[in-house]
Amino acid sequence: MKYRVFVTLKSGVLDPQGEAIRHALGSLGFEGVNSVRQGKMIELDLAETDAAKAEAAARQMCEKLLANTVIESYRVEPA
Amino acid sequence: MKAAVITFPGSNCDRDLATAFEQAGAEVVRVWHKDTGLPEGTDIVGIPGGFSFGDYLRCGAIAARSPIAQAVVDHAGRGGHVLGICNGFQVLVEMGLLPGALLRNANLKYICRTVGLRVETSESAFTAGYAVGAELQIPIAHHDGNYMADAETLARLEGEGRVAFRYVANPNGSMNDIAGVLSENRRVLGMMPHPERAFTPLHGSADGRAMFDGLMSAFAPA
Repeated sequence: MKYRVFVTLKSGVLDPQGEAIRHALGSLGFEGVNSVRQGKMIELDLAETDAAKAEAAARQMCEKLLANTVIESYRVEPA
Repeated sequence: MKAAVITFPGSNCDRDLATAFEQAGAEVVRVWHKDTGLPEGTDIVGIPGGFSFGDYLRCGAIAARSPIAQAVVDHAGRGGHVLGICNGFQVLVEMGLLPGALLRNANLKYICRTVGLRVETSESAFTAGYAVGAELQIPIAHHDGNYMADAETLARLEGEGRVAFRYVANPNGSMNDIAGVLSENRRVLGMMPHPERAFTPLHGSADGRAMFDGLMSAFAPA
């Protein structure tokens, strides 16, 4: 089973990298970019064939390593 | 005092930290991240600066899950002392031994220079050698030292006097100018500045030495 994990900073957590990207977009002439938030996408290829089990495992991976839940939230999607 | 200094792939201040402990008079044992136990009789664990595992995923994240990590968590759980400097601080928050998180510096730059640091408490073995309010000159060298915690955690840290050091002029955007924090039992300290790099006058400042001397006194046989 393949999954995509999206890890993003929680709202309210300052994202200086997103802010730098927003500035760069502005200097390229892209107007009206109100906000940019940067995150990461992680692809998982799991041997488990039971979708419920695989997704539960992916969520555990997020809790234990892939996301720092102090500052980040995550979303797991089938790929 | 017996100090165990851990080395991860990518650690680069492990030798400096071991040398500082040694010069203060401690017995130092170097421990590899794949080891699963600390040496018998370890009083303090030193987690050094550097770029463990290339800062992959998040700074300190992989190191905090390496084989030695459980032994460090157990040591802290037994009331043992742990000192995490720079990347070591990042590892400690990733291990959950200290609250909060360290984000990318607000100006997005890697900052490497000596900064003014104010001692906020002398109530810990790490800071017993300093007077409250003393201003130290200690180098920083980091890209991700912007301390953040939720409002409740921050209020608790402040209320319990667990902010060990504050920047005199905030270089990285840290909330409340926080440069170092203590655990609830005051035996785990994480700090971004490098006291081991300000140990002798030859370093340009010897203001970091009192931390190691203070630890030695704390563990001196009665």
